[in-house]
Amino acid sequence: MTPTDAQIWDWLAEVPDPEIPVISVTDLGIVRDLRWEGDTLVVAVTPTYSGCPATAVIDLAIETHLQARGVVRVRLERRLSPPWTTDWLTEAGRAKLTAYGIAPPVDGTAPDGRSGRAARLAGGSNLVIACPRCGSAQTERVSQFGSTPCKAAWRCRDCLEPFDYFKCH
Amino acid sequence: MPSLPDVMIPEVADLARRAASGQTADPHLEDVALKPAFFDWLCRMGDSTLILGHRLSEWCGHGPVLEEDIALANTALDFIGQTQLWLGLAAEVEAQGRSADDLAFLRDAMKFRNVKLVELPNGDIGQTLMRGFLFDAWHFEMLTALGNSTSPRVAEIAAKAVKEVSYHLERSSDLVVRLGDGTEQSHERMQAALDYLWPYTGEMFAGDAIDRAVTEAGIAPDPAALLPLWQRTVTEVLAEATLQVPDRRFDAQHGGKQGRHTEHLGYILAQMQFLQRAYPGASW
Repeated sequence: MTPTDAQIWDWLAEVPDPEIPVISVTDLGIVRDLRWEGDTLVVAVTPTYSGCPATAVIDLAIETHLQARGVVRVRLERRLSPPWTTDWLTEAGRAKLTAYGIAPPVDGTAPDGRSGRAARLAGGSNLVIACPRCGSAQTERVSQFGSTPCKAAWRCRDCLEPFDYFKCH
Repeated sequence: MPSLPDVMIPEVADLARRAASGQTADPHLEDVALKPAFFDWLCRMGDSTLILGHRLSEWCGHGPVLEEDIALANTALDFIGQTQLWLGLAAEVEAQGRSADDLAFLRDAMKFRNVKLVELPNGDIGQTLMRGFLFDAWHFEMLTALGNSTSPRVAEIAAKAVKEVSYHLERSSDLVVRLGDGTEQSHERMQAALDYLWPYTGEMFAGDAIDRAVTEAGIAPDPAALLPLWQRTVTEVLAEATLQVPDRRFDAQHGGKQGRHTEHLGYILAQMQFLQRAYPGASW
């Protein structure tokens, strides 16, 4: 029996991101499309960062998980366009990130190829990133890069704890 | 936190290969007359990101502070990811059965098409950051222009990469300003780095028959057209950094794009390619 698309999406929601296992590949918004080619299920996945080492692992996890659920023939398709943006993170995913101690990206501020510096010089304001531990808005950026390509290092000036910020992309 | 499975195991490598097939249709890939120029031009894009990515990775574990060490490694990762896309497409255009890995690990120096700027030694952190800035300022304009390429495959790679590169440019601009307009010592080092690197920057804007062919096909912009955009960014940032634009030719060094390199590239390849040369097909 062929599973419904809704069933497949539910199964995909069970596949964790290998680096941040509290969120799933569907929370991340990287599964772009499902379609059947005969008896083969084609899953279109977009990479987050082009050099993210987790990409190949995510593909393998999706294929393995769907096969374990009974989808015998699965083919992963890499889709570059449109490029992934953190605006595609689901609301549930953002809540899970915060609970895990990672500040979620601020909606609608993904740079979309425009230099952040150029935007700032043109009058854009600095972002306010709330501390995921105490909620304070008194935070500051320590470094533009954190433990993975998708995160930056921040710290809270109130509770003094460092935290990861899932940066806008 | 679970540890990452080994990405070099055959199933993962095979899965990645299959996932990369069935891509967006692109008539340029069928254009036999264009193939040699298109292939060479893609190697220029991919080799420049490969060699700069390798240079930045040399800082891993040697950065002056932990945050910079991590930032340089992450930037290197972006470049290597972009290399996989450019050289992967080059291999498809060539259609001789070679893969992106074959192009990266099994070509000799004279077959590499990167600009000389990226193969120069890292020097101190100031020189590395200044080189990064001069390259990023070009890279950003190039990828922005490539977003309008008549080749859908090129356009989608550019649209992906420019998001990463805008972040690189933001970071390198900020650091050039901080160090240029910093202490006496940091200012001197940044000026020395700029003076040393300056004659190598012109190669990014010098066109030849390869460029003309891909420009006429609507795949890429005329490299010279990017010069005013680059100059605007560079002039603005260097002024803010209180650094002097060198009073000398910026286009004295050429040849990398045609395969005539400095001796430095050979040393990079000796390190990067040793394993695949000594143990062909090795994986772990």
